[in-house]
Amino acid sequence: MEELSGQNLNACNQCLKCTAGCSFVDNMDLLPNQVIRCIQLGQEDEVMKSKTPWLCASCFTCVTRCPKGVDLSRIMEAIRTLLLRQGKEHINLSGSEFKLPADAPQQLFVSGSRKLSG
Amino acid sequence: MKKSRVGVFVCHCGHNIARAIDIKSVMEKIRKYPGVAHVEDYIYLCADPGQKIVADKIKDKNLDAIVIANCSPNLHEKTFRDLVESVNMNRFKCEIANIREQCSWPHDQEREKATLKSVKIIESVIEKVKQNQELEPIRVPLTKKALVIGGGIAGIQAALDIANGGFKVILLERRATIGGKMAQLSETFPTLDCPQCIMTPKMVAVAKHENITLMTYSALESLEGYVGNFTVKIREKAKYVDWDKCVGCGDCTEKCPAKVDSEFDAKLSKRKAIYRDFPQAVPNKFVIDAEHCIKLTKGKCGVCEKICPAKAIKYDDKDEIIEEKIGAVIVATGFDLFGLEKVGEYGYGKYKDVIDGLQFERILAASGPTGGKVERPSDGKTPKDVVFIQCVGSRDPEFGMPYCSSICCMYTAKQAMLFKHAVPEGQPYIFCMDIRSTGKGYEEFVQRAVEEDGVVYLRGRVSKIYQDDDKIMVWGADMASGKKVEIPADLVVLSTAIVPAEGIKDLASKLRITTDEYGFLKEAHLKLQPVETLTSGIFIAGTAQSPKDITDTVAQASAAASKIMALFSSKEYIRSPTIARVDEDVCKGCGICVNACTYSAIELDTIKKISKVNEALCEGCGACAAVCPSGAMQQKNYTKKQLLDMISVATEDYDKG
Repeated sequence: MEELSGQNLNACNQCLKCTAGCSFVDNMDLLPNQVIRCIQLGQEDEVMKSKTPWLCASCFTCVTRCPKGVDLSRIMEAIRTLLLRQGKEHINLSGSEFKLPADAPQQLFVSGSRKLSG
Repeated sequence: MKKSRVGVFVCHCGHNIARAIDIKSVMEKIRKYPGVAHVEDYIYLCADPGQKIVADKIKDKNLDAIVIANCSPNLHEKTFRDLVESVNMNRFKCEIANIREQCSWPHDQEREKATLKSVKIIESVIEKVKQNQELEPIRVPLTKKALVIGGGIAGIQAALDIANGGFKVILLERRATIGGKMAQLSETFPTLDCPQCIMTPKMVAVAKHENITLMTYSALESLEGYVGNFTVKIREKAKYVDWDKCVGCGDCTEKCPAKVDSEFDAKLSKRKAIYRDFPQAVPNKFVIDAEHCIKLTKGKCGVCEKICPAKAIKYDDKDEIIEEKIGAVIVATGFDLFGLEKVGEYGYGKYKDVIDGLQFERILAASGPTGGKVERPSDGKTPKDVVFIQCVGSRDPEFGMPYCSSICCMYTAKQAMLFKHAVPEGQPYIFCMDIRSTGKGYEEFVQRAVEEDGVVYLRGRVSKIYQDDDKIMVWGADMASGKKVEIPADLVVLSTAIVPAEGIKDLASKLRITTDEYGFLKEAHLKLQPVETLTSGIFIAGTAQSPKDITDTVAQASAAASKIMALFSSKEYIRSPTIARVDEDVCKGCGICVNACTYSAIELDTIKKISKVNEALCEGCGACAAVCPSGAMQQKNYTKKQLLDMISVATEDYDKG
C-alpha cells in the first residue's frame, strides 16, 4: 500500500484532523484515521473488508489539512486498486443504505479527473 | 632537530569508539609510526583515572608532545591542554585526533575501514603535533560591562543577576517599556501568580539599580570587536517626548485623536498615537508613534504639545546613535506568535470570536481591556462554551514548524481553568494532541483542571471552524470515542505556535551568531553549552533560543548571567595564540589578505610594503593564509607545511592499508 500510494504511513501521528473534516464519516465503518491506524498495526484485512475506501469521495479535504503531509486520498486509491486487482467488486451503491447525494455525478466527475491528473 | 617523543592515547569512549573500531590494531600500527614513544588506551580518557594515566606517562616516558585520540576537540581539547600544562608541557603540544564524530559514529557498520581511517586520522595529527610551536596565550584587557538585548523576563533576570554581581549592565529594549510578553499575561502556571505581583517588582528593581543603564525604545545598530572588547552602536529611536521632562501623567494620551490597535492588548483595544503600553510601564514615560501621529504625518494637530503640563513634547526629535564599550552580550529577544491567517480552515481574522492565546490572556487579565471580565470580542457577551485548540501551527511540518511550542499545553489548561473560575456555568473544551506537562507541579495542575474544574479534553485536531449565526462551529474528532465531534462554541481560542521574534536573523548577523532552521538562536552545544554561542562573549537566553516557559527562561537567563560574571571575574581575557603571522621577509604587500579578513584584523604598512596582523582582532580563521600567493601569511600551528604533511600522511598508501 505504501508503494502504491507513495505515502509514508509512519508519518501519520493519528491527530484525527482527517476524520474531523471528512464529510462522509457518518457512513464509514472505519474512520479515515482508523484506516491508516489499521495499516500501521498490520491489520490490512480490516481495511480490505471495510467500505470506507469506497465511500471516500476523493475530495482532498484531508490532504489539504493534514499537518504531516500524508495524502490519504492516494492511500484510499491504493486500497481500491488492490481490491480491484484481486477482482473484488466495490460495494453495490443501490443495495446500500447510503444514498448518493443529488450532486454526486458532478462530484464523481471532478474527483475522477483530479485523480487522473494528480 | 631533536627527535620527537610523541605519546598517543586512544580512548574507547565506552562503546562509542570501541564498538566500531579495532582499538588493538590501531595501537599496533601507531606504535610503529616515526616519533611515537608511547601508545596506550583506556575506556574513558576524560575521566579522572584516564587523565591521571596521561599525566603520569608524560613524566615517566619523558614525552614532548601528545595526541589524544577521542572525541571532537570541542568537547575535550581544553580538558587535556589544561592537564598537560599542569605537568609543565606547553598546551599547544597536545592535539586531539577526532576518531569519534569523524570516524566511529559515521562508520558504525564498517569496522575494517573505520579502523584504517582512525589510524590515518591519528597519524596525520601526530605529524601536526610534531611541528607545533610552543605558544603562549595572548592576554587582552577586559571591559567589565555587559549588554543585554531584550527587556522581557529573560533580559530582566539576566540584567539583575549581573548587576547584583557587581558589574555594569546596559539593558536594551525596542519597545518603550520593559516587561515583554510576560507583562501581558493574566496569571502564570502552575502557581497562578499574576505577573503584576511577581514581575513588576523586578521591573522596578531594574530601573532603580545603580549598575543598570536602561535603554528602551532602542535597538542594536552594530557590533564590532571581540570578547571582552566589543564596541556597540545603539540606535535610540526618536520618542518625540523629552523623557527628562515627561512625568508620565497621561494627560496627552487622553486628548490624542489618533487611534491605533494596541500591541499590548493584542489588538483587542485601541491605544493613541502618544501612548505608553500599560500604566505600570518602566520607565513610566510616553512616546509618540510617528507612523500614526497626525501632527507628524500631516503637520496638523499638536494637541499633546498644547496640553502637556511638563512641556515635554518634541516634534523635531531625531534618532540618536550612542556608542558604548562592552565586554559581553546576552541576547534575550523572545518570541512572536505564528501568523494564524495562514491556517485558513480556522478562520482567524475572519471571525471575531476566534482568537489567539495571547488575546485570551488579555481578556482574562485584570489589566486587560475588559478588566478581567470574560467577554467575547464580537458582541461583549459572556461565552458559555469555549473551545481551546492546541498545536495550531506547532508540530505541523506542513507549516514548517515540526517543533513543539512547549508552553501551550500548560497555558491552555490554565486558561481553561481561569475561564471556569470567571464563568462557573461555562464549559471549557480542549482539543489536544497529547498533554506535555513535564515541569514541577505541571501534571498535578492539569489533573486539577480536569477533576476540579471539569475541563473536557478531546484528543484530536480540529479540521474546520465556521460561523453559524451566533455560534462558532468547531469540527473535531475524539479518539477515545472514535467519533467525529461538532461543538457549537461561543468563543474559540487557538494555542498558537511560537516563532522567533521579528528581526532575529538581522540581529544574529550583526552579532555574528547563527540561527537554526526555524530562526531560533543556535547554542554552542545543545546539552553542555546551552547559553553559549559559537562567538565567544555572546550568550543567549529565553525563547530566543527555543520555546520555553518562564521557569526555564529564568533559569537560562541566570545561567547566561553567571557565564558573564565568570568571564568578568578574571583580570584579563586570555585568547588563543593560534592566529595569523606574517613572514616579513617574504610578504610583498599585495594586500589580498586585507580584503580576505572579515575581522578587519590586517592592515597594510605602506612604508614597509607588508601586511600587519592585529593580534587583538585576529580570530585565527585562516582566510588570509589561504589566499596569500607567496606563503608569507601563515597561521601559527596550522602552517602550510603542517597541513600538507597531514594530508600526505592521511592519503598515502590508503588502498594498501
